[in-house]
Amino acid sequence: MTRLNELTIADARDGLAKGDFTARELTGACIAAVEAARPLNAFITETPDRALDMAKASDARRAKGEVGILEGIPVAIKDLFCTQGVLTTAASHILDGFVPPYESSVTAKMWREGAILLGKTNLDEFAMGSSNTTSYYGHVENPWRRRGDNRPLVPGGSSGGSAATVAARVAPGATGTDTGGSIRQPASFAGLVGMKPTYGRCSRWGIVAFASSLDQAGPLTRTVRDGAIMLRAMAGHDPKDSTSVDRPVPNYEAALTGDVRGLKIGIPKEYRVENMPEEIESLWRQGIAWLKAAGATTVDISLPHTKYALPAYYIVAPAEASSNLARYDGVRYGLRVPGGSLTEMYEATRGEGFGTEVKRRVMIGTYVLSAGYYDAYYNKARRVRTLILRDFTQAFEKVDAILTPTAPSAAFAIGEKMDDPIAMYLNDVFTVPANLSGLPGISVPAALTGDGLPLGLQVIGRAFDEETMLRVAGVLEEAAGFDAEPAFVAGR
Amino acid sequence: MAIDKAMVADIARLARMRVPEEQQEALVGELNNILGWVEQLSELDTKGVEPMTSVVEVRLPLRPDAVSDGDCRDKVLANAPEPARGFFSVPKVVE
Repeated sequence: MTRLNELTIADARDGLAKGDFTARELTGACIAAVEAARPLNAFITETPDRALDMAKASDARRAKGEVGILEGIPVAIKDLFCTQGVLTTAASHILDGFVPPYESSVTAKMWREGAILLGKTNLDEFAMGSSNTTSYYGHVENPWRRRGDNRPLVPGGSSGGSAATVAARVAPGATGTDTGGSIRQPASFAGLVGMKPTYGRCSRWGIVAFASSLDQAGPLTRTVRDGAIMLRAMAGHDPKDSTSVDRPVPNYEAALTGDVRGLKIGIPKEYRVENMPEEIESLWRQGIAWLKAAGATTVDISLPHTKYALPAYYIVAPAEASSNLARYDGVRYGLRVPGGSLTEMYEATRGEGFGTEVKRRVMIGTYVLSAGYYDAYYNKARRVRTLILRDFTQAFEKVDAILTPTAPSAAFAIGEKMDDPIAMYLNDVFTVPANLSGLPGISVPAALTGDGLPLGLQVIGRAFDEETMLRVAGVLEEAAGFDAEPAFVAGR
Repeated sequence: MAIDKAMVADIARLARMRVPEEQQEALVGELNNILGWVEQLSELDTKGVEPMTSVVEVRLPLRPDAVSDGDCRDKVLANAPEPARGFFSVPKVVE
């Protein structure tokens, strides 16, 4: 029999419903898996006691016939979501000891739907990174290894701890946040499904802010169906976030009809970037063939401003970050490093509390927002953003969804690409455009590289049309039949 | 315009962030590389293009101007590094 921690959300849901096992048994198996997976360094905080209490309460609710969308399902939460009474760090030294007296709206909604908190997962500091190597709490290891090579690989980032957790079968699902690819790129690196919903679909309230016009929460799961289930429990209007949208949350699972006949899938020629590995190019061609075989038609489209997305992102995101991170001043929460004057205290606290990558981005952001440069950099980038969104709007007049690779490479070794910030930033070349334009995107595991590492394909949908996007993703998943497992699986 | 070490020090001052002398040198190169790379945006003619203010077309909602939360001083102060007599405290700013 499959170990309980290795079940998908859908299978665990069925087993719980049939009474094959209880939420306490399932949670117990996942807690043991959390311990077994400690070498991955995927968690910053483990919450086994709370998990068992929540599981007990879930079993009691079920006995009364009260069954939420995620009833009895253990999940891991990226340590960027505030959790009441549980240390929340954003993987930064500057939030030392911060225990929020409130709960983020997304996690509150998940607990109302019956989910169980296993712990808080590691990430790049303040979600700034693509490799989970900028955390104050240390690197996260990817459970996958290259064939015949035992060097530890990065899980991608910034939601690297969440990705490692789900890939290693520690939990069936985990939350992530995606500002420039931080859900989809780690999903691709770890052989998972990772979804960034439309901007405004999930509330940002209680999520530590990085770049507010780009940040969006979403699920990391092993299957498209699990992603659909989880999103339904995370999404919805929240009066506390004025950018959260007041629209009904559909039953995303019902969208997984397996039928894409007649759908038009756009293939953007600008995503054929220089030096793209042939394996990724051929996987993309394979994806096109799979969708055609399932009855969709593909349409060559042009998104002419694609090459400007990444540079625009590296103005907008640091600018918003430098503004958002102004609140870490040693006065209200977290670290305080003494100084002779108020200004010295600020400077000492922020100098010691922020890591290298965060400092670099705060510096860039401060510069592009400073007097005399604001128009040349920040306003220019916002104008380019308008053009990028216009490209997509025009494309979606002709197509129902867009198919691209998720990332320009498979997982790389810890230590690679560390010297050159721009080489690291290029990881997000295919994912950033969806953030800049607010569109939903999903990565689906589709193949292994020659040396045995997973690669994902990305589907981008129309704004608030996660359903069509999920339908296409489900067909890709079915056709790919990805069933490879990582080198490390918890408890085996 | 290229960034030099004095400018790095000035940006760090604006950001109220201590950057030790030896790190400033490295930042000069990194910031110049990044800013040189984003410079490619200047190839694009954006005359007459509105700067984006919101990715999704939503009108910001209005709510009644009424108290909906509050009276939780101790919760607000619970995470403060050095709270004093029901307040946040900072180093002395008035002589």
